[in-house]
Amino acid sequence: MEQLRFEYAAGAPASRRVLVGVVGSGDLEVMIEPGDPGKTSIDVTTSVNGYGRVWDAQLTRVFSAEPRAAMRIRIHDFGATPGVVGMRLAEAFEALDEGKEQP
Amino acid sequence: MSDTQTPARGETWLAALGGKAPRLPGYPRSVQVADFEIGGRAARLIAVVPDASSTFPRARNGEVGLLEGWSLAQAVHEAIAADRDAPEKRAIIAIVDTPSQAYGRREEAFGIHQALASAAAAYATARLQGHPVIALLVGKAMSGAFLAHGYQANRILALADPGVQVHAMGKEAAARITLRSVEDLEAFAATVPPMAYDIDSYATLGLLWRTIPVQHAAAPTPTDLSTVLAALHDALADIDADPHRDLRGRLGGENRGASRQVRAVLASQWQG
Amino acid sequence: MTRAALLSRESFVELGARARAQALLDPGTFRELAGPFDGLTSPWLKRQGVVPQGDDGVVVALGTIDGHPTVVLAIEGAFQGGSLGEVGGAKIAGALELAAEDNRRGVPTRAVILFETGGVRLQEANLGLASIAEVHAAIVDLRRYQPVIGVIAGQVGCFGGMSIAAGLCSELVVTREARLGLNGPAVIEQEAGIAEYDSRDRPFIWSFTGGEQRFATGLADRFVNDDTTAIRDVVAELIARPPRSAHRSERYTDYLRRLGRYDASKQPTPDAVRDLLGDQT
Repeated sequence: MEQLRFEYAAGAPASRRVLVGVVGSGDLEVMIEPGDPGKTSIDVTTSVNGYGRVWDAQLTRVFSAEPRAAMRIRIHDFGATPGVVGMRLAEAFEALDEGKEQP
Repeated sequence: MSDTQTPARGETWLAALGGKAPRLPGYPRSVQVADFEIGGRAARLIAVVPDASSTFPRARNGEVGLLEGWSLAQAVHEAIAADRDAPEKRAIIAIVDTPSQAYGRREEAFGIHQALASAAAAYATARLQGHPVIALLVGKAMSGAFLAHGYQANRILALADPGVQVHAMGKEAAARITLRSVEDLEAFAATVPPMAYDIDSYATLGLLWRTIPVQHAAAPTPTDLSTVLAALHDALADIDADPHRDLRGRLGGENRGASRQVRAVLASQWQG
Repeated sequence: MTRAALLSRESFVELGARARAQALLDPGTFRELAGPFDGLTSPWLKRQGVVPQGDDGVVVALGTIDGHPTVVLAIEGAFQGGSLGEVGGAKIAGALELAAEDNRRGVPTRAVILFETGGVRLQEANLGLASIAEVHAAIVDLRRYQPVIGVIAGQVGCFGGMSIAAGLCSELVVTREARLGLNGPAVIEQEAGIAEYDSRDRPFIWSFTGGEQRFATGLADRFVNDDTTAIRDVVAELIARPPRSAHRSERYTDYLRRLGRYDASKQPTPDAVRDLLGDQT
């Protein structure tokens, strides 16, 4: 198990918190809360060691692609592929935008 | 003490504590029930013991199986019914040395989960109705068997002996299912308090009311007998003085911080 | 089921724990307690290299069902097989304890437990086991005041110490996909041999421990299709009833008599079990 941390520039804090996914085999949980203004921080706990650079590349792509609200993100990953990671992140952003009922 | 000890300590301790008290009729050989008095107070002793001739082949080594589960419920409910109008409810003392629940096709087919539920419900009901319920761990207290027979007690007491072990799964079974040797499992488990098998690690969880040092756990000496009787007496006094008949007394252990914190958060958020 | 009904039904089995709780509670009343953002993850998993989940695999949701105050405890079967550790177990036991306290103060809070669990989480062994004992205690306490409804939907089913909890519920609702048994098939095979129990023989396993068999043998009270609306309606009907004065767990005389008629030298067949345990009148 490995713990990774990433930070990206961001805008004003997100307006709500969301949770998507589940820590099942091949899947991940993404928890997003409003972050400190100007910064998005991401803490990844992953069951698979040695993929720090893959996470870095993917998250950098996602969080540099467009300006986003400042978020505090926690990811609990149980061996998801980058495809599944991307899907859950997209789901989370959609939920943030839509304001779906959240825990 | 060997880990493959026969779980016969329940019978030994029931005989020692009960003295000349006869075993009540109407129970299978694997469930021994005797009424005696401790400090002038009526008490029912209940033990699950091996029965090599049980008609259920997977429940011959002291496991809590179908017959045992339902019979434990009978033993407790009959005490409840008998004392319904009594000024003082008798104590119910579960003497625990059981390696596990019974594993088998018959057991699953006939709903062993329901048989064990009946036993757990009976002990819990007795406790809620004011009977002091004590679990005395004299050997193994494992998994579903312990949930059915002992874990609903007001107070849990244990002999301070290597043969006394509490766990969710026996060492051999756990080693097999996690593909390790028993020695590796023991070494690892010793580093994680809730996973450890020994009674001292279990004590850090705050679930035990008292551990009782004895000279010979498998065959009590006269000194052992008086030590344990005194501890039972103390436990009864402690229960009598306690206005609560629930299990909240188990929440104080150094290694149960999260259990307390969860309850505190729930309580603070409950009203909304 | 008509074709239109088949097409329009929404699977409950396919929903995760949180969505199941939301589906049962009246719209707009769902309020999660001790949720994932409260930081109550397992203190024991990370040191063993196991990735935790924010809610430790249990969702506690307060709300109403047809207007009745109800707490729903939903176990997430996808996380560690729905196994209970210290935190998840405390969430269930603690919520049931608070529901009982409500009733003592005159607030008629019911409880619904969604069982999707293999029992104790082995990485937390004795704390999981102890928390399950506390769940048992809390169910026996609460069921005196209000019905405690258990639902087993599948695909994980309900095993281990939580199968005992299911046996304590006032009413138990099962689907065809559900299983209810004390020991997991793999452990039985390991301990007793493949001739006794073949853990890979799915029809065999369901024939003894599946929802339909459990309902037919009086060990479950309602058998429903895997349809969210149907399950919600059954749960709503059951929580509106008064508490039971007698529970299945008290029928030891009856069950001992029935078991006494069984020739235990023979392995049972599902039909033999129906003959022995069915017809609970």
